[in-house]
Amino acid sequence: MSELERHSYDVVVIGAGGAGLRAAVEAREAGLRVAIICKSLFGKAHTVMAEGGAAASMGNANEKDNWMVHFRDTMRGGKFLSHYRMAELHAKEAPDRIWELEMWGALFDRTKAGKISQRNFGGHEYPRLAHVGDRTGLELIRTMQQKIVALQQKDGRDTGDMESGIKVFAELTITDILKENGRVSGAYGYWRESGEEVAFQAPAVVIATGGVGKTFKVTSNSWEGTGDGHALALKAGANLVDMEFLQFHPTGMVWPPSVRGILVTESVRGEGGVLTNSDGKRFMFNYIPEVFKDKYADNEAEADRWYEDQDNNRRPPELLPRDEVARAINSEVKAGRGGEHGGIYLDVSKRLSAEVIKKKLPSMWHQFFELAGVDITKEAMEVGPTCHYIMGGVEVDPDTAAAVGVPGLFAAGEVAGGMHGSNRLGGNSLSDLLVFGRRAGIGAVEYVKNNPANPVSDSAIAAAASKIQAPFNREGGENSYALHAELQEITQDLVGIIRTGSELKEAITKIAQIRQRSANVAVAGGRKFNPGFHLAFDLDNMLLVAESTAKSAIAREESRGGHTRDDFPVMSDKWRQVNHISSFDGSQISVRTQVLPNMPKELFDLFDIHELEKYMTSEEVSKGGSK
Amino acid sequence: MSGVFSPTRAKIDKRTLRTDKWWLQPALTFGVLISFVIYATFRAFENANYFAEPLISPFYSPCLSGACEPGTVLAIFGQPFNNQYFGIGISPALFILIFPLGFRMTCYYYRKSYYRAFWMSPPACAVAEPHKKYTGETRAPLILQNSHRWFFYAGLVFNIILTWDTILAFRNAEKEWGHMSVGTLVFIFSTTMLWLYSLSCHTCRHTLGGRLKHFSKHPVRYKAWSLVSALNHRHPTFAWISLFGVAGADIYVRAVATGAITNFYFF
Amino acid sequence: MTRNVKLRIWRGDSTDGGLQDVQVEANTGEVVLDVIHRVQATQMGDLAVRWNCKAGKCGSCSMEINGKPRLACMTQVASFGDEEVITVTPLRAFPVIKDLVTDVSFNYKKAMEIPAYEHPQNLGPGEARMEQIDVERSQEFRNCIECFLCQDVCHVVRDHEENKKSFAGPRFFIRIAELDMHPLDTLKNRKRTAQEEHGLGMCNITKCCTEICPQHIRITDNGIIPMKERVVDTKYDPVRWLGSKIRKREGIV
Repeated sequence: MSELERHSYDVVVIGAGGAGLRAAVEAREAGLRVAIICKSLFGKAHTVMAEGGAAASMGNANEKDNWMVHFRDTMRGGKFLSHYRMAELHAKEAPDRIWELEMWGALFDRTKAGKISQRNFGGHEYPRLAHVGDRTGLELIRTMQQKIVALQQKDGRDTGDMESGIKVFAELTITDILKENGRVSGAYGYWRESGEEVAFQAPAVVIATGGVGKTFKVTSNSWEGTGDGHALALKAGANLVDMEFLQFHPTGMVWPPSVRGILVTESVRGEGGVLTNSDGKRFMFNYIPEVFKDKYADNEAEADRWYEDQDNNRRPPELLPRDEVARAINSEVKAGRGGEHGGIYLDVSKRLSAEVIKKKLPSMWHQFFELAGVDITKEAMEVGPTCHYIMGGVEVDPDTAAAVGVPGLFAAGEVAGGMHGSNRLGGNSLSDLLVFGRRAGIGAVEYVKNNPANPVSDSAIAAAASKIQAPFNREGGENSYALHAELQEITQDLVGIIRTGSELKEAITKIAQIRQRSANVAVAGGRKFNPGFHLAFDLDNMLLVAESTAKSAIAREESRGGHTRDDFPVMSDKWRQVNHISSFDGSQISVRTQVLPNMPKELFDLFDIHELEKYMTSEEVSKGGSK
Repeated sequence: MSGVFSPTRAKIDKRTLRTDKWWLQPALTFGVLISFVIYATFRAFENANYFAEPLISPFYSPCLSGACEPGTVLAIFGQPFNNQYFGIGISPALFILIFPLGFRMTCYYYRKSYYRAFWMSPPACAVAEPHKKYTGETRAPLILQNSHRWFFYAGLVFNIILTWDTILAFRNAEKEWGHMSVGTLVFIFSTTMLWLYSLSCHTCRHTLGGRLKHFSKHPVRYKAWSLVSALNHRHPTFAWISLFGVAGADIYVRAVATGAITNFYFF
Repeated sequence: MTRNVKLRIWRGDSTDGGLQDVQVEANTGEVVLDVIHRVQATQMGDLAVRWNCKAGKCGSCSMEINGKPRLACMTQVASFGDEEVITVTPLRAFPVIKDLVTDVSFNYKKAMEIPAYEHPQNLGPGEARMEQIDVERSQEFRNCIECFLCQDVCHVVRDHEENKKSFAGPRFFIRIAELDMHPLDTLKNRKRTAQEEHGLGMCNITKCCTEICPQHIRITDNGIIPMKERVVDTKYDPVRWLGSKIRKREGIV
């Protein structure tokens, strides 16, 4: 075997989505040498899929908006389970992060006054989302990608080598975070192209690997969402927080198979799309919760009138909050009233003319027409809930994004937990990436200043290398594609949108069985760009994530945000006081509860006391926040 | 071995794996353009049958010869080609045609068409071209394509002249106004299409507003640019129709001039 | 409804390779990427193919399908006849790595050669003001998903390996155009360097880039030709050049 490829950097950033790139920019601008590692090509990260926009209280569309309103919206959206400090930092810093992008060349849509335009979104009190049509994520990633190039060009002018200060390692999978003496010392992985292994030595590693959607059968996530960062952190000794909270978007495509899981924007319902079951019945009228009865129409006539006259009619129940709609769809399908392919029908063709549909929902029309061969001006779409986002993630220090328990490890973006509590508001993920990506960069810079390089030992490299070789040494073992499909069935059916204790128990057993079998995965073919081989590692990560989610879910005996228990259908103020912390001992995940930090008085006082009473125990309310 | 057969590329021994009729478009273009060139050459050298009161062939306008009586057509350029001054045989069309031909030769749309159909560079998308070397429009003579805007300006002058010819076509053979013939319609069509072709041109779009960095500071030019941009979408269509239009006008004038047909007057 | 599809997939690497026939099931509404995945999961576990979002938004699954550069996730199986063989090959303008995966690093090198955006020094955070009509032209180019199909189809490099060193390609001409039309960018000389360093003059506007762009960006009409005209303003139009010397005119720097 040829000699091992080795690199030495100050900071290694794993993941080249929004958070990773923002961290890299920050670290490089502070003068550190940075490696950016991405599993796919540079600029393809899942961030490009974000459409709506990035929430930031710039107040361009409504002057009354400010960080305090945004903070309140975020806490409320997360059902008061968010880490208050993260929500506070996020709300305060988001505007600066957006303006910064503009200084790097981003071109957001504009208001009449020439400022950045902001749009309305669910849960946000004022129009707050900076956006570029329906491709905001693409703008974000491209702007930062180009900012990285700008930094490289500067390095090129200074040193003659554009890659001297910041280098992108595209199509490289990291399989291990290396540690020596209890601190991070680097990372180990392999080039996807050649299968050759690479060792990085670096005192600080930033994980920014995004989500876990591929654990589920139906997801809006790309293949990269395999929970790599969650698993790497666990294996390195870090904790995951609140892994039971997953956001299921109510309307993802389910058929044809080519588009299963792809999002169908909420605007379809906003424009008059109705949900019907296989009997042709508009079923949402049966699912209006007591608390919403005064706001939602209970008959079709009134619901239809709302589109013309919103002042004198109640909203159609199709426009209930996402979790309500998702649960309703799920119930209909479980009751046997689902469509041919396990979804229900969303039809906009009966209410709107073909021209209006094409004008108001152009990207949806294109998406269905080009990807599915379905003309939504003529026929109904079949839709169902799709796994969209994980609120849970690596437990971090809010100010520095440092992973708790592992010196030198940082995490930002979807892979980090705490910020969104039990439910994320639309638009808050893009701003999250920027705010905490930057903070992770600063955290790493500060850490590197105070902690010199920590050399990687030969034994650590040997251990990491043997893991990579293992699947090639087996013959006639398990097929990773088949195991992945099995895992997806289990999570989809048993750990999905509606959960019960018995099913979760079954899931935990089954996931453990797959993990056992996965230790015996064999790979056919060579190391060179071999997807079967790549999947073997992704599978290992997904199994850890799924185990963590199932175990956290069985422990939380209440329903809140992205966690719904059939056997514990109500929200409980007792459970609001705790987070679930997952850790890994090398063989299995264990979950323990940890008390949520108390909001300080100045943040506590931003809320109406009657609102807090709905979520908090009376002692908490009377205490009035910590001093 | 270069191009798609370079040693590092995927080993595929075919120039293209396209299964559709990719050769049809360049073949049609070739056929139509070559027919036009042959006809135009014949007409340019014919030096006759280009005037039948009140119609003058667009190939020979402005009338620079004694074939047209002074005052009947636009004569501000005088009649340097009057047979009395110049020897017989030099056709004024040879001088006139340089300008519209130059405009079309350097036109961004026609460039695409003839580079594909005549040069086969490339013959169609993802079909390997036969040339060993390629330098594009970086050196002589193709660097002269950058003169498109000068031909555009010249083209505008000719459009004005042809518009004048069209107005004159509202007279009868006795130079009385208020008449209209089939020839008038032919001229209106041909001239309108020429205007649309010129105004929808990329250089026009650039000149009117495309070169600006801030549209908001130049609202009138932005409007003009938007209008031309809309036309520019159909530049290829106008390019072909105007070509047929101008050829049609010439054929019509020739047919009337030779007496093959009579120019029918509506009133 | 399922049917059988005849696929002919190029397999191999930089040393050798060729087309291999396989038959695979296809369900209603599936795209070529779906059937390739099925081949991968059931018949060729090590078949190399790049993909990410499978929704036409990331530009990863670029390949050539029946000889045409396309995104496999946006190509319907139903668009081919029942008996038609669907031939799938890697991009033919770039070095092949394995099977359907090519080395597209050429594009990333070119990206690094285009001078970055320069923000006005006197404009701090939140101080920028731009009109919507002034950002729209550049916004069109920022729709680019970097699938590099335009780079692949462009005969300047596809058919002439030696031109790669001096030609940035359509994707980067629209990047230059985007910056040159950016209302706030302050860097001078983008037009001149486009011609002298990035090979704008090599383009003979045969428009294949525009024809295959999955984002329907009008690369040639809105990007390359306007840049060529801007180059004429600065390099080949003495009248305008003189005018720009006498009084600074907008658009010429």
